[in-house]
Amino acid sequence: MEAPLLHLALVGTPNSGKTSLFNALTGSRQKVANYPGVTVERKEGFFVTPLGRQVSVVDLPGTYSLRGRSPDEEITRDFVLGKASGESVPDLVLCVADSTNLRLTIRLLLELKRTGRPMVLVLNMFDIAARRGINVDAERLAKELGVPVVTSIAVRKGGTADLLTLTDDISAGLAAEPQENSWRALGVGELRATQREADRIIADCVSLPSRPDTWTARIDAVVLHPVAGLLVLALILFVMFQAVFAWAQPLMQLLNSGFDALGEFVHASLPAGLLQSFLQNGVISGVGSVIVFLPQIIIIFLFILLLEDFGYMARAAFLMDRIMGGAGLHGRAFIPLLSSFACAIPGIMATRVIDNKRDRLTTILIAPLMTCSARIPVYTLIISAFIPARDVWGFINLQGLVMFGLYAAGIVSALLVSFLIKFFMLRDYAPAPFMLELPDYKMPRPKSIAIGVYTRAKMFLHRAGTTIFSMMVLIWFLASFPQPPAGATEPAIEFSLAAIIGKAIAPLLAPVGFNWQIAVALIPGMAAREVAVAALGTVYAIEGGKEAAEQIGQVLATKWSLATALSMLAWYIFAPQCASTLAVIRRETGSWTWMAVTFTYMLVLAYAASLVTYNVAVALGAG
Amino acid sequence: MTDTNETRPQMPLGLAQRGYSGIIQHLSAKDAGSALSDIELESRLIELGFVEGARVEVLHEGLVGRDPIAVRVDNITIAVRRREAMAIIVA
Ligand SMILES: Nc1nc2c(ncn2[C@@H]2O[C@H](COP(=O)(O)OP(=O)(O)OP(=O)(O)O)[C@@H](O)[C@H]2O)c(=O)[nH]1
Ligand SMILES: [Mg+2]
Repeated sequence: MEAPLLHLALVGTPNSGKTSLFNALTGSRQKVANYPGVTVERKEGFFVTPLGRQVSVVDLPGTYSLRGRSPDEEITRDFVLGKASGESVPDLVLCVADSTNLRLTIRLLLELKRTGRPMVLVLNMFDIAARRGINVDAERLAKELGVPVVTSIAVRKGGTADLLTLTDDISAGLAAEPQENSWRALGVGELRATQREADRIIADCVSLPSRPDTWTARIDAVVLHPVAGLLVLALILFVMFQAVFAWAQPLMQLLNSGFDALGEFVHASLPAGLLQSFLQNGVISGVGSVIVFLPQIIIIFLFILLLEDFGYMARAAFLMDRIMGGAGLHGRAFIPLLSSFACAIPGIMATRVIDNKRDRLTTILIAPLMTCSARIPVYTLIISAFIPARDVWGFINLQGLVMFGLYAAGIVSALLVSFLIKFFMLRDYAPAPFMLELPDYKMPRPKSIAIGVYTRAKMFLHRAGTTIFSMMVLIWFLASFPQPPAGATEPAIEFSLAAIIGKAIAPLLAPVGFNWQIAVALIPGMAAREVAVAALGTVYAIEGGKEAAEQIGQVLATKWSLATALSMLAWYIFAPQCASTLAVIRRETGSWTWMAVTFTYMLVLAYAASLVTYNVAVALGAG
Repeated sequence: MTDTNETRPQMPLGLAQRGYSGIIQHLSAKDAGSALSDIELESRLIELGFVEGARVEVLHEGLVGRDPIAVRVDNITIAVRRREAMAIIVA
């Protein structure tokens, strides 16, 4: 008879390497980074042991105890206790420890033992412990704790061999009848007693060298210095935005010329007609105009991934804490907000680490104001078309500076909104605490960075192929039908549905300086921000007629005034143009109301910001 | 306990300067003025390793109001706001 599926669960303090272990065991590519609170969801994977036993393993959010203070910790608690709906308790709990930092894990393990689940202590990151001269008497530790102990190096090939062997050994002898679960939330006294007990066991079994990680101390002397630290933070952000412009240029030009050549090829090799127009104007001018931004997306993710793996994120949270606190934000809001620079969706999910409901809600509401990577195509397109590429003060690229300004505008407005929420709605507000472990720095591993960048690039291209493509088909259709009557002298697009719709909405948007082409591009742009770029590409390509081989940027430079361009930038800082973000807000807050609130407040801000920008620009002569 | 600790006056960690190093004497959450309830604050501090007898050192401070502080507890570093650190009595 085949042995039933063995259920394992990975439990441990935050940042101990659970997800790395999960990836190593199952060959998955879940997100790993060097700060506490990366995993906020339960993820299941499968593998087969050397002896052929089928195993299911569940990766869980890190936690210091089973009290379940925040939504992510509740997931872990409920899973371990078997309270999660439709789940049975795990057959074997792998308690994963960072070997360089055993105190907190051993205390957690003593608490976990009360659940009665069979358990193994996995001393992960054993390479780092060995390098630092930390000596663990695993045999004695196993005896003291009453659970098997095994070492592992999750990030090295073969580093989980011992764990696999042990799993086989244990699974053979697992007791069929469940053990008594005597767990209940620990009181302060018991907590203290367990920590004492843990400290005693560690004193008996672990010999620590007196030197801490000197590299971390040396780097922190600069990075966490009150003045130098903030300068370093500003410098990192500044270099990041300069790089997004400067480094990406050559590649983007290459892609641009590639799509141009492709468009001309299609134009030359197909007879004039609907198919030619669809491929050239809809697919190549539309979807192509978004794919061109792939290099920039890659660069921004490269920076974020490097900072995450190095261990800088928690430091940035430390440096920004007072400023964030001044705006009424929870100390743990920083990392979710920073993740939102990549995309608001993981950012909003990451707010699960925030224990206080209202603090979490505030963070969710402002996360979409952070400049996500989907705004990059819009910003870059307009900036390259309207802002001259010259240097100011000899070394700062003006385009990069404007980009930096747009990011700053997003951050400042997020802080202001948070401040207003606390001021008007939550008057009895008391500042939530900030307590965060600052992990030792780790050298980013090229392989994990490469996988991270690859995953993000694939996601971007996937979106281009699905959401953006389907919206493009729609826009192309609207812009091409109905066909103009025979003998018409005006451009064909003037007779299309797109023009009819665009012109119907345009009066609403006229005060902010948007023409009907923008109006019609903003509608599919509600699905995802980049779609607007693609839509403009298609609309103007069709309008330009068959000879228009010009790039969308050049077209905009001739068709829009500077005031309109600036107004469009202001619009995009705020506009809630992302259906997936709104859906995640609904799911995470569990209410349609908060989704509607987010949508409305962002739309109002967008309109107001554009109105002011446009009118000021016109008054200054940019109309 | 060593002599130096007996002669040193007790104080909350929340008032310590950068470079301060001492031993935790006890936790006293009710004087901290944190938004958390006393029990919750105390539990969290213990969960991060702030228990009686642990050696702590203030490694770094923030710019505004010297807040927050980065504290070495045993062999890990924890960032806390001074308000919460007021609950940790050291000497
Ligand atoms: N040198 C070394 N680094 C490791 C090892 N295991 C994990 N890491 C690194 O430790 C960091 C944290 O790893 P994660 O797998 O994200 O930790 P986690 O326990 O899932 O963290 P949370 O999801 O936040 O609870 C990452 O930078 C990993 O690359 C190991 O065995 N050796
Ligand atoms: Mg994880």
